[in-house]
Amino acid sequence: MSVGVTTVEGAGTRPGAGVVGHPPPAPATGPLGRAADGTELVVELRNVSRRFGPVPALSDLTLLVPKGRITVLLGPNGAGKTTAIRVITGALDPDRGHVRTFGYDPDVFGEEVRRRCGVVSAKPALYDRLTGWENLQYAAELYGLGRHAVGPIREAAARFGILEALDQQVGGYSTGMKTRLALARSVLHDPELLLFDEPTSGLDPESSHAVLELIRDMTDDGHTVVMCTHLLIEAEGLADQVVVLEAGTDLLAGSQEELLRRYWPANLVFFDAEDPATLDTLAGREGVLGYERGDRVRVQLDDLGRLPDLVAALVGEGVRLTRVEPHQPTLEELYFAVRAERRAQGVEAPL
Amino acid sequence: MTAPVTRPTGPRGLDELVVHRKGRLNRDRMLTVMRTDLRQLIGAKDFWVPMLLLGGFFFIIVPAFLLSVINSIGSVEAVQQVSDALKLLPQSAQQAVPTEAAPSTKVSYVLAVYLFAPIAVVVPLTISTAVGASTIVGERERGTGEFLAHSPADVREIYLGKLLASLIPGYVTTVAGFGVYSLLVNLIVGPDVGGWFFPTPSWWLLIVWVLPPFLALALSLVLRLSARVKSTAAAQQASGLVTFPLIIIAYGQSTGALLGSGTPALSLAIGAVAWVIAIVSLSTGFRSLTRARLLGVANEQ
Repeated sequence: MSVGVTTVEGAGTRPGAGVVGHPPPAPATGPLGRAADGTELVVELRNVSRRFGPVPALSDLTLLVPKGRITVLLGPNGAGKTTAIRVITGALDPDRGHVRTFGYDPDVFGEEVRRRCGVVSAKPALYDRLTGWENLQYAAELYGLGRHAVGPIREAAARFGILEALDQQVGGYSTGMKTRLALARSVLHDPELLLFDEPTSGLDPESSHAVLELIRDMTDDGHTVVMCTHLLIEAEGLADQVVVLEAGTDLLAGSQEELLRRYWPANLVFFDAEDPATLDTLAGREGVLGYERGDRVRVQLDDLGRLPDLVAALVGEGVRLTRVEPHQPTLEELYFAVRAERRAQGVEAPL
Repeated sequence: MTAPVTRPTGPRGLDELVVHRKGRLNRDRMLTVMRTDLRQLIGAKDFWVPMLLLGGFFFIIVPAFLLSVINSIGSVEAVQQVSDALKLLPQSAQQAVPTEAAPSTKVSYVLAVYLFAPIAVVVPLTISTAVGASTIVGERERGTGEFLAHSPADVREIYLGKLLASLIPGYVTTVAGFGVYSLLVNLIVGPDVGGWFFPTPSWWLLIVWVLPPFLALALSLVLRLSARVKSTAAAQQASGLVTFPLIIIAYGQSTGALLGSGTPALSLAIGAVAWVIAIVSLSTGFRSLTRARLLGVANEQ
């Protein structure tokens, strides 16, 4: 069937949105956008801004979430991570900017968007007076699974190891159990997009690890995950894409490897010796792309496979090495490098 | 400009979405919100035990005590004076009082039929506003507003579900209290006035026609407050300010309906006016609830 619609002029305009009883506003539907590598985009936020009174929560944020991947929003408290999630589901309207989730404008087709999303907020958002089962049943009914969704409830609870506690009142749950129940609730209706806002908040390291493993497992069966965290260690190894946020703005976006390469060259090795000057001979050797002697000696190689030969040669020449360390940068280093760069540019927002 | 719309992915057609945008409510979701709120209320002994005591006090203890005392002390001077004062009642009300009965029986009859009647208004209004005041702001305080804001439920479904969940406890209390009260006064006063005399037609009208719109009107105001204020305590305070005048009006109107007319015409008229106001207030009240308010960020916009 085809329906006559009016084209929406300009990003962020929402004619008639929220006016009950009016004809449907121009449905901004269409094929999913695509990332540069051709991957379909489940979420497209382009130049989105949102203020709370005088405080900007999002400032010109652009966030592209590819299908079937884990995107980690990384940033300090107040960076706009939670607001971004709220805008993605249409729970909050942006002041301006272009928002598409599954190709829909969530402000117009909010029900359709939210039905296909599963959200775990920073605070588990559970009903303490209800049992675990009743909490899941409530979600099942709101998401259209009906009043007798026994199978999906049991399956989701079992997946997160909370099945045995379903008949207990949630008020008596530990923080870890509440998080597991919130996670179970988020996947109950088998959503295509999972939005996790600091899901390991308040958990002990073991529980955090288990939760992160479960999140990783979910992308194996095709789910798209957006996870907010300010814990760099959580993003490490989990994220297919990292988006660094600060003061509501995206500073960097890309795979962990891509981002690290922007700040540090590949195949970087730190050397040190009892007499650092003896390392200067490295500069002209085959395969050495760069050499810099400061507090420590930084050498960029064309291939790390050359390292054993280089070390053997230096030792053979009588150089007394005290350190040979291939540099494996972490997200933490990246994060602080970005912040240092921002500070140097005088644009760092206060934490 | 027109263009065909293609739906990107997902199991449902655009037709259904368009219908939804036109304003169709999902009744199942609305009832789900209502059931869940009621389920939590049932589990909240710290709420319903005091409310049960309140209902018991006004529907059982006070009437039983006063009527028993009057019946047992007989036609003493004080009772005689009260009986004489009944002449101040409107003519239609005086005609309903058994003329041949003893002064104590007349007093008991008037107390049973006319004095305790407005209690049927005060008790449910108190209970329903207590429930309604915390219903939306409570979601925000617990953080569960975030869950509802991200859910597919339309805010109107949430609003109406919560309205019903606030209305039902008050009205159920009324009906149950009314039943127990009827039994009580018929057992105590009935033998002296020739048998089962209560409820009178005016009472029936009060319960089924006058009271519900007053309840709905009070709740539509209270839910607006609950959506706007920052804490449950503030909601309770503010709802008291809003509903207290309404309680006075309801009290006065129900008393007038019972006393001022021997026919049900006045009750019908009062009820009709109250229904119109309630429907208008309810139909605009859902606008007070937004997802931003469920999230608790609306005040910062």
